[in-house]
Amino acid sequence: MSKLILTEDARKVIIKDAESTYPHECCGFFYGSDDDKRTVTEAIPVVNTKEENRERRFEISAIDYMKAEQYADENGLTLLGVYHSHPEHAAIPSEHDLRQALPYFSYIIVSVKKAKTAAVLSWKLNDQGRFEQETVINQNNPFDVDVFLSSFNQ
Amino acid sequence: MAKIIIPTPLRKFTDNQSSFQATSGNVGEALNELTTAYPGVKGHLFDDNGQVRQFIKVFVGEDDIKDLDNNATLVESGTIISIVPAIAGGCI
Ligand SMILES: [Zn+2]
Repeated sequence: MSKLILTEDARKVIIKDAESTYPHECCGFFYGSDDDKRTVTEAIPVVNTKEENRERRFEISAIDYMKAEQYADENGLTLLGVYHSHPEHAAIPSEHDLRQALPYFSYIIVSVKKAKTAAVLSWKLNDQGRFEQETVINQNNPFDVDVFLSSFNQ
Repeated sequence: MAKIIIPTPLRKFTDNQSSFQATSGNVGEALNELTTAYPGVKGHLFDDNGQVRQFIKVFVGEDDIKDLDNNATLVESGTIISIVPAIAGGCI
């Protein structure tokens, strides 16, 4: 199983988006590095442009997609994938998700039950074009020395 | 001379290049230049009839080529052509 390291900052953004958008589906992109370990350092929400049935569907505009590629390029990051939420459903990709899934990308899905996060799972297409689950490793932010020292100086 | 922006998921077929310089005068020819240089891209960009695939859009600047002249849309030096995968899904 491939691994996806999810930093605390990125995880917070994704969960906050999923819970605050409930009962609709949220969506967004995430960025980071893909050298030896795929590591998500940043997530940015985008608008779900679906006009109806946003409880069950999401769509990202072409302009937002182009902006995401541009953002990665300008910041020396890699666009690693797309996240979205499944309100009142498991964090498992649907047939609909599979139909438009792209190779290479990780797909993070957040299951939200009664406006609270129930699960955060990640999926990636294998060479046969089927989704395989990735192991999500939560990484805490590095120890912040400045915050630690300032607690002594008050 | 147009610059084609390759979406991240297709870069494994372009030796990790994020863009491609095409010398052709219109979008269709520029895309053919790309698939000639990187044949692995072809199946992800075009369907069996040689048309751009259902879930892929091609933009010139901020305009979908469907709203312009499709493959015949003229490009000039400095034109940016973007290959944009449609991103959508749902929970059921
Ligand atoms: Zn889904």
